[in-house]
Amino acid sequence: MDRIPILKLRDCLLVTIQVDMHDRLAMTLQDDLTEQIVSQRARGVLIDISALDVVDSFIGRMLSNIASMSRILDAETVVVGMQPSVAITLVELGLSLPGIRTALNVDRGMDLLSAGRRSEDAAV
Amino acid sequence: MKVQKTQELALASQDDVVMVRQAVRMAAVEIGLSLVDQTKIVTAASELARNTVVHGGGGFARIEIIRDTARTGMRLTFEDRGPGIADLERAMKDGYSSAGGLGLGLGGAKRLSNEFAIESQPGEGTRVTITRWKG
Repeated sequence: MDRIPILKLRDCLLVTIQVDMHDRLAMTLQDDLTEQIVSQRARGVLIDISALDVVDSFIGRMLSNIASMSRILDAETVVVGMQPSVAITLVELGLSLPGIRTALNVDRGMDLLSAGRRSEDAAV
Repeated sequence: MKVQKTQELALASQDDVVMVRQAVRMAAVEIGLSLVDQTKIVTAASELARNTVVHGGGGFARIEIIRDTARTGMRLTFEDRGPGIADLERAMKDGYSSAGGLGLGLGGAKRLSNEFAIESQPGEGTRVTITRWKG
């Protein structure tokens, strides 16, 4: 069965979605990610969707689910690289991806994750 | 209005939904839709194709390139012989879902299209037609 690879980058997990996903593949990714957050003790998840030219309600729901699940597992999720045409379409579709942090690219996404942790450390 | 080109695709599984998305994208590129409009019609097609598979128990999608006097467009038809929809008005509302989804499928597809029509008879099936014109 095909799977979307999950890379470890310092204490984060990086997922680059490069294929037009069917629904089952999206569900598998959701399961794999939650498992790896725990096994790799990840504090952040970066999902790069720059290669996706369509995000429909199913994929949108998957992204929201991943963000909620990872938050419960003490990891932050940032979705990066959304194409402008996808953003326009999502809003018209009625999906504003509540609860999901976004960044323009992977670099900024990493900055966001490490900035979040620094302020957390400072608070301790 | 004249139909210039017709393509029919079976919709039985999730993989067929992916195939329909790709075929709609190709047709949208062929008639020269802008990138944003391509994305809108492909997203609408994805929602409706999933409905056909998940709620309708499978069916087919028809992709037509159409022309009227002044403009070119594409018309997509999604048809199944599933249980049909008893309360169309309710099904069109955002947030109503019978399958645990987000309930954005029908209303979202309507917002992403220029024209939208739905016919459904309980026990007989459902047909949804959407059109997107160029320009």
